[in-house]
Amino acid sequence: MVNEIFEYAPAPESRSIVKIEKEYGHYIAGKFVAPHSKKRFATINPATEEVLSKVAHGDATDIDKAVKAARSAFVKSWSKTKPKERAKYLFRIARILQERAREFAVLEALDNGKPIRETRDIDIPLAAAHFFYHAGWADKLEYAGLGQSPKPYGVVGQIIPWNFPLLMLSWKVAPALATGNTVVLKPAETTPLTALLFAQVCEQAGLPAGVVNIVTGDGKTGAALVNHPDIDKVAFTGSTEVGKLIAKSIAGRGIPATLELGGKGANIVFADAPIDEAVEGIINGIFFNQGHVCCAGSRLLLQESIADDFLGKLQDRMKKIRVGDPLDKNTDLGAINSGAQLAKIKELSQSGSSEGADIWSAPCELPKKGFWFPPTIFTGVTQAHRIAREEIFGPVLSVLTFRTPQEAMEKANNTPFGLSAGIWTEKGSKILWAAQQLKAGVIWANTFNKFDPASPFGGYKESGWGREGGRHGLAAYLKGSN
Amino acid sequence: MVDLTTLEGADTPGKIRSLAAKAVRPDPTDSTVPHVGAICVYNDMVKIARTHLDQIGGVDIPVAAVATAFPSGRASIAVKLRDTQDAIDAGASEIDMVIDRGAFLAGQLGEVFSEIKAIKEVCADKAHLKVILETGELATYDNVRKASYLAMLAGADFIKTSTGKISPAATPSVVLVMLEAVRDFHKLTGKQIGVKPAGGIRTTKDAIKQLVLVNETAGPEWLTPELFRIGASALLNDLLLQRMKLKSGHYSSTNYVTVD
Repeated sequence: MVNEIFEYAPAPESRSIVKIEKEYGHYIAGKFVAPHSKKRFATINPATEEVLSKVAHGDATDIDKAVKAARSAFVKSWSKTKPKERAKYLFRIARILQERAREFAVLEALDNGKPIRETRDIDIPLAAAHFFYHAGWADKLEYAGLGQSPKPYGVVGQIIPWNFPLLMLSWKVAPALATGNTVVLKPAETTPLTALLFAQVCEQAGLPAGVVNIVTGDGKTGAALVNHPDIDKVAFTGSTEVGKLIAKSIAGRGIPATLELGGKGANIVFADAPIDEAVEGIINGIFFNQGHVCCAGSRLLLQESIADDFLGKLQDRMKKIRVGDPLDKNTDLGAINSGAQLAKIKELSQSGSSEGADIWSAPCELPKKGFWFPPTIFTGVTQAHRIAREEIFGPVLSVLTFRTPQEAMEKANNTPFGLSAGIWTEKGSKILWAAQQLKAGVIWANTFNKFDPASPFGGYKESGWGREGGRHGLAAYLKGSN
Repeated sequence: MVDLTTLEGADTPGKIRSLAAKAVRPDPTDSTVPHVGAICVYNDMVKIARTHLDQIGGVDIPVAAVATAFPSGRASIAVKLRDTQDAIDAGASEIDMVIDRGAFLAGQLGEVFSEIKAIKEVCADKAHLKVILETGELATYDNVRKASYLAMLAGADFIKTSTGKISPAATPSVVLVMLEAVRDFHKLTGKQIGVKPAGGIRTTKDAIKQLVLVNETAGPEWLTPELFRIGASALLNDLLLQRMKLKSGHYSSTNYVTVD
């Protein structure tokens, strides 16, 4: 037996391409301004725990200032800007994102912990694609089937998560601007840096001051934004828990919200699936972005007749996953985004073991510093286990089995969530049948985690309200149309 | 792991002799360069190749003969069997047969299977059997997988992508499907079958991609000439130039490697 003939050399991407400031302010009315409280907090590289920069801690006064700037920009300039001019700004932003893609890719990998392979090939190109797509809509809104002359709401408060910082920013900002709204955006506490770099892109594109305002901070900052009396709409991506708080807070205020929340996606593999492809799809479904994906295929439903063979192949494949330095171009699985998230993953994994499921982790060496969790699967999981019901939001897959297609559908739908599902079979009729049964906003067949700005994304049940992307996504930012 | 090949209508004894010389000493300026895995020629050139190799110190280098009405495979089974026997008698220790793609695409899988089996019986323990699927004509990955299994079940020692006469040939995705097939076949039967991508692999970088596929899919135990060969003559010169670069620090022009 020949062993390890192949030693892969490290292939790190240089971080010198991106300049990170020592500290940042909020981006309000086209300028970087110091926080009212004078307080700043550190944002770290989760792979090394090194402090990257200090960012402003926004309070209600900062939020008020930003909302006023957005209101003034909406009234004085943006609502008077011709749609085709709005389109030009969006095209410009999209092109600048492409030109500066490497800079963004490196910064995102540093601040988030996700591998450069993903930021370079997925996050940043998709973010640019969202701006391109919505730029095209800006002067064609009357043809979107949303009424003859749909109108923007005005000032939109947007809160984005840490799992895809720039991509989620683009999902929020691009449709808002295309439809003629102005924006106050609050990036996630642990990943503010690409949003602040995006502020520079807005400047570079010559976007009028106040059209995009960015206030950094934590949950309290976000609450101040949601509760501000002068915002006309809320858009949020994050946990179901916070989504419920937002729903309560806006109740009775007459303002709409789009909420894109958690999920516990079922990836269903039928016995007649293309097995090797399905193994790749399951891997992509749960280990993409360290499993920090709301639509992750975190429950694997396997037809019992192929379960043993399939698990063998899945484990063999998991042994090949390369865990480590996010800036290394060969890395498949990067760092867990924060200590808090790591603790949550560990706690839920612990519950899986103590509730009687069998844990298996791919053998791999984890770095000493930073936040890491190995690719892990639980077998012998039942619907009653917490790891089958709660969102783990980490590289942990719960494997359940089923006997008949009907049973698979019942198990897949037996969750308060309803964001995504995957179907693996070579039988077209079975795909169509299953897609009709599944209560999930996004259903992939023989693939997983594919995104496109033209395709609406969103959930059933506790996975959210409204859709983002496509024509449906436009409706969320236009008055009287949803 | 590299097979040196010449399969042209214009092949002459002189051409075969110079190929044999290159096979023994790929880089005349550096005697530490190992000899190639095999040389691959047409049936009627086997004897010349074998004799010359033996004379110049290439006793260990096997001669592979393409057989069974290569490259199209369009001949009767009697002719194919005779073709194979002929090559073995002339001293070939590896037989590269082509499958009957016409029969395969017409759905006559049994015919393809029994033909491979019959050729295997002729080879017996005298020659290794490589089965060329000609993936460029099979067109789909499902077909490649199916043909791989047919060949392995019928007794192939190696499965090989292409004749080199049809494009596309050894694309990474086709090789991946074949590697998955040998991996699964090994799991089922315990038998290790070799894989030979041929055609279209021209540079060291291409070759490294292939080796990574082997390492990650079939596993490191496949990284030996007994289980993995690359059939790509153009590749050899790039490998030599890269080897020289390791010593000298610069990549030379092709004037520093031999043309055969």
